[in-house]
Amino acid sequence: MLSALHKQLLNNYQQDFPLSPTPYRDIAEQLGVSEDEVLSAFQALSEQQMISRIGPVIAPNAIGNSALVAMAVPEADLNRVAELVSAYPEVNHNYERENRFNLWFVLIADHEAHLRAVIADIEATTGYRAMPLPMLADYFINLGFELNLHD
Amino acid sequence: MIDAIDFQLIEAVQAGLPIAARPYAAIAAQLALSEQEVINRLMSLKTRGLIKRWGVVVKHRQLGYRANAMIVMDIPDAEVAAVGKLVSQQPCVNLCYQRPRQGETWPYNLYCMIHGKSREAVLRQWAALRESCGLSEVAFEVLFSRRCFKQRGALYRQPKREAGHG
Repeated sequence: MLSALHKQLLNNYQQDFPLSPTPYRDIAEQLGVSEDEVLSAFQALSEQQMISRIGPVIAPNAIGNSALVAMAVPEADLNRVAELVSAYPEVNHNYERENRFNLWFVLIADHEAHLRAVIADIEATTGYRAMPLPMLADYFINLGFELNLHD
Repeated sequence: MIDAIDFQLIEAVQAGLPIAARPYAAIAAQLALSEQEVINRLMSLKTRGLIKRWGVVVKHRQLGYRANAMIVMDIPDAEVAAVGKLVSQQPCVNLCYQRPRQGETWPYNLYCMIHGKSREAVLRQWAALRESCGLSEVAFEVLFSRRCFKQRGALYRQPKREAGHG
């Protein structure tokens, strides 16, 4: 189970992880624990797949071009299509969702022409239409995700 | 706006900072930069808004947030920015984007995401949000996620290294 330290590390450092030579020691000082405890707690969170990484979240379309893409795939063919889509290095998220559009993925490419080429290739490879839904505006200001870890 | 070294730096950190005493020094060694230059460049990327946030990226599912709904709404074009800002301020919402309508096939132009510990919890939060944001007349669909086929941080690469890549 998650210790109090794990919970603090998960909730308090999503937005402003220290940009200093010794970030884990700085966190340890802020939380009143040792640097080794912080390092091993992060190691454990990472091994248990509770965090995907400590790193950047790049602003959408600040670097390269991204788009959410939706496909409507017959249930019986979904596994095959999902596997083909996931195999593209440009795809970073790929989810099944409960809808007539049942496959949703995010594509990131260095420029728009590349993005369009990948979408065309996915359509040709899978045999289904892909509906690109590029972001027009990002309204979200609150950063990070506040976890309720008390229950 | 961003130079080749910034790109190399983003490539080096996007999979995650090492969990070790001097993580920025480890990244610096890979790139033949100084530790301080790595830190300064990351600070600058963050200040300039290219890095939207710098920190722990959690995996919702592993933390018990197994219900994840993308909610799509059809908002009159003139109101979409105001509604988007209002929706994004609700504590249960953690993404809120405007995207283009696709005619009658997909008439929605506003997307938000709600993560919750159960479907019921997500639907309750959505009902409360509709009420508080005055969206009771708005056409919408709730798309719960079923299977996750792939999830990883975005991989950004320098354009020149992408040349000719299909």
